[in-house]
Amino acid sequence: MANNFSTVANPIRKFFFNGVKITAFILLFVLVTGCERKELGKASIQIKGSDTEVNLVQRLAEVFMEKTPDVSIAVTGGGSGTGIAALINKQTDIANSSRSMKEAEIKQAQNKGVEPVAIVFALDGLALITHESLPVDSLTIDEVAKIFKGEILNWKELRAPDLQISLYGRQSNSGTFVYFRDEVLKGDYSKYMKMMNGTAQIVEAIKQDRAGIGYVGIGYVVDSKGNVMNGIKVIKIAKNVNSPAVTPLDPENVKTGLYPISRPLFQYTNGIPAGEILKFIKFELGEKGQKIVSSGGYYPVTADYIESNRKLGILD
Amino acid sequence: MKFIKIKEKAIHFFFFLTGISAVIILAGIFLMLVFNGFRLFEDVGLSDFFFGTTWNPSAYEKSSYGILSMVVGTFMVTLGAMIIAVPLGIGAAAYIADVASPKIRETLKPIIEILAGIPSVAIGFIGIVLVGPLIAKTFGLTSGLNALNGSILLSVMALPTIITISEDAIRAVPRDYKEASYALGADRWTTLMKVTLPAAFSGIIASVMLGIGRAIGETMTVLMVTGNAIAMPHSFFNSVRTITATIAIELGEVPYGTSHYYALFAIGAVLFLISIGVNLVAEIFITRFRKAGI
Repeated sequence: MANNFSTVANPIRKFFFNGVKITAFILLFVLVTGCERKELGKASIQIKGSDTEVNLVQRLAEVFMEKTPDVSIAVTGGGSGTGIAALINKQTDIANSSRSMKEAEIKQAQNKGVEPVAIVFALDGLALITHESLPVDSLTIDEVAKIFKGEILNWKELRAPDLQISLYGRQSNSGTFVYFRDEVLKGDYSKYMKMMNGTAQIVEAIKQDRAGIGYVGIGYVVDSKGNVMNGIKVIKIAKNVNSPAVTPLDPENVKTGLYPISRPLFQYTNGIPAGEILKFIKFELGEKGQKIVSSGGYYPVTADYIESNRKLGILD
Repeated sequence: MKFIKIKEKAIHFFFFLTGISAVIILAGIFLMLVFNGFRLFEDVGLSDFFFGTTWNPSAYEKSSYGILSMVVGTFMVTLGAMIIAVPLGIGAAAYIADVASPKIRETLKPIIEILAGIPSVAIGFIGIVLVGPLIAKTFGLTSGLNALNGSILLSVMALPTIITISEDAIRAVPRDYKEASYALGADRWTTLMKVTLPAAFSGIIASVMLGIGRAIGETMTVLMVTGNAIAMPHSFFNSVRTITATIAIELGEVPYGTSHYYALFAIGAVLFLISIGVNLVAEIFITRFRKAGI
């Protein structure tokens, strides 16, 4: 019985082992040539982090790659916290972050031999958006904070119809979540706030919710010509009851600081950037890069930040 | 001869290793969750953890680690899913096993199996653009991102499990039972309700338990459609946050070695125990179903 089996099996076995040999050879070939191509041809840069920045940086990377075809850049989102964690764990070359790194994070990075360097490459106005049918056009910062802290629960307290306010915010891994809480609320969010999985989802939800209010990076709600997306309204914001309510849709308001909710957008690298990474960052901060920043609904860096970038030695 | 013996032993040992690998992996996961999770209780009291209703580890003012709202949210979404999926699933299983012609059966079964293969992100997407607005419109709410939405989607995801296993159980009921029932003058409906389904009961319960297991562990879909508010839910129209969603949201950014980090392991361990419990019950019923010899 056993003999019978082996006579039958022999040719099969031979065929099988030949198959293995051939496959191994092919694999080896692919591996060797694959490595070679990667090392000799293209340098690759990994960028990870903020969802607010991901579209903008993606656009910058595309234009950069057109000019320098020997560099390939991969840009992914996931939230500022995710990007910073990746930088600390050396899983990314650049971490996009819409907030500055916390002291604990910097310490943690240093323990792992990572020296985070902050570069500001754009400014972002944070827009408060509602459904287009809501008859509220402007709010003060104080009112916004009260709404998101859950101290104002109904739109009727704000010169509007009797509707329970529904809050939309980001999840705690988002830099926007942290920035908005620390700078605008200065307190904890209402526990009834819905925590959405990304900025685009907030926009989608608000389009359908006539009692909704949410905060998003301005780049998400305007197209390249500066028109606001259909179905939503961008609320004008006043610093206090005595100052005028201004819209973030006019870049001047954000640049001069008249619009109160604007923030720097960071990119963190491990040590002062060099090589291809430096080239890319120089491109972002250069004339062409900053033009792309403006057309994406964000704002170019101001003189203060240009100066601090120059101090890092990354500007000529 | 000796060589063959050694070879036999080696092969035996190899298959023993593959056989127990699942056990080793399971024990490893559990120990890792428990050991890391337990370190949370150096900082946080047991009762604050299990009975606290506020989960806000990265708070502006004071961190809190209460999981009760999350546990309630998880069970609510799962319960809702079962209320929808159990009658639908058993009905479909009874139809396929007992009523449908062979041709219809052969068409339906693969279609139901395909339903199980739809990625959860795709189902979540449908929840956002279709089910959510529909719920809002039907019930006069402003937003459809709530527990009901999660329940509806999870019921769709649990259906294939319930239908396939229930159908097997119903088809395994011996023909004699049914024939005896018909011989006594019972019609088809009475036979199905009073004879076939009760005879397949343990198999059906097993299918429901496995369906519950599927629903409790599902992450992406609920994360996308339930709104994830941390407040304690009071009705199916409230936004809820499940255990799985919390882990998925927060694990990406949590600093290593902090209370928050250990807390995520602790809720992971809680989830693990819940799903082991559910699977254990399912296993008990499956064994009973096999022993009954039907």
